[in-house]
Amino acid sequence: MLSNPKLIPEVQFMAQVEQDSGIAVSACYQCKKCTNGCPVTFAMDLYPDQVIRLVQIGQQKAVLNCSTIWVCSACETCTTRCPNEVDVAGIMDYLKEQAIKSGIDIPQPRTYAFHRVFLEDIGRRGRVFEGGLLPRYMFQSGEIWRKLKDRELKDDLELAYHLFRKGRLALTPQGIRARAAIKKILANSTG
Amino acid sequence: MQVTYYPGCSLEGTARDYAASLTAVCKALGVELIELEDWNCCGATAAHALNHHAAIALAGRNLALAEKEGRDLVVPCPLCFNRLKTAAQALTGDKRQSYDYAFQGDIKIYDLADFLAQEPLLQLLASRVSQPLPGLKAVCYYGCMASRPPGITEAPDHENPTSMDRILSKLGVEVKPWSYKTDCCGASHLIARRDIVFKLVGRLYDKAVEAGANCMVVSCQMCQANLDLYQDKILRELERSYYLPIFYFTELIGLALGLSQARQWGHMHFVPPARLLAGVGLISC
Repeated sequence: MLSNPKLIPEVQFMAQVEQDSGIAVSACYQCKKCTNGCPVTFAMDLYPDQVIRLVQIGQQKAVLNCSTIWVCSACETCTTRCPNEVDVAGIMDYLKEQAIKSGIDIPQPRTYAFHRVFLEDIGRRGRVFEGGLLPRYMFQSGEIWRKLKDRELKDDLELAYHLFRKGRLALTPQGIRARAAIKKILANSTG
Repeated sequence: MQVTYYPGCSLEGTARDYAASLTAVCKALGVELIELEDWNCCGATAAHALNHHAAIALAGRNLALAEKEGRDLVVPCPLCFNRLKTAAQALTGDKRQSYDYAFQGDIKIYDLADFLAQEPLLQLLASRVSQPLPGLKAVCYYGCMASRPPGITEAPDHENPTSMDRILSKLGVEVKPWSYKTDCCGASHLIARRDIVFKLVGRLYDKAVEAGANCMVVSCQMCQANLDLYQDKILRELERSYYLPIFYFTELIGLALGLSQARQWGHMHFVPPARLLAGVGLISC
């Protein structure tokens, strides 16, 4: 992506990002403090400072397709330490929303599936039911088939059994009365 | 003293040990927790990752409810705390008109550890300790969300929080200084990218042991899960042989107050603390 010799800046992109998100990406002067403090760079395909720079020079496709925005753990170290008050973690969230809206294949499908299933679960009862969330995630992400093959499912079932035995697995979901209000909040969900 | 209590979803499931211990401890200290009526999930990571507007509204509904009740809000889960504080800022900011929930900011939102570390409660706690906990050498692990970003959390020292350090010192625990108090554990990556969590947690174990700790103390149920549930497996992969029980700070308060239920909470952990507690003479095997 970075070695593409024909970089054609989409000059409106940064302005659009700043307007939508309220985050001043243009204030970044590439000191790389975000990247130096980031705990998960080892799993990223672009460093956080590179994501910001690519937004500045209008490389929309590169930033919407990168894994980095999904690998970000939202620990907020970058946002906290940025000397120019660029909300780097906020940009990661904004780009995730845009990536979904643009309909591209999400490069971290399991992470996306987990977030989606989690939000759906909130929509169902207003609260998350861990005991239902994880099986649903396994089917939606297709992880169930891999785990069956790798025998990881056995580990998961053992974990669930021990959680149950130790009293840490709720068997019945808790719902709220105002489910209609929650459904309304999530009605415009991009997930 | 009465406060409104927002438990959050995990405390009804995997973090029942946290719920049980904080409820007992608050009762013993005369803090009456009144659960927020009909509270909903704060949205957690999923909402802010996929839908910014919904994330603010989900947390915002709880704030609107809590403000009607008029009492300050105490939140044990740092992620819930962070999301509620984020919503509080959004609902009092210039885009507040775009949300259906109104919040004036008339009530305070407390992270539980910060709440209990306030000076009057700390003094009360110190006076009530009936079984000090010498022999426990702890590193306090705060994680991310009660501290960062300070513009949202209003944490007084976001790089070096001290609430749990101050509480544990009153219990006679030897608190070890270390530099990893607020490093990330990988949080909900545990589900879809366990490799990330295992790597981050492995380093935290190493650094805790290097600091001289024989246990780690947390205030976050996601940190507790990541450090506790897979400790065996992570250490096997790293070829280490540590034994590091992961306590909620409220569990240690309960032990030090001599609460009768306190010994039960440890049975809910995957890394059983009994061997450590017996080893330092705090329980008999």
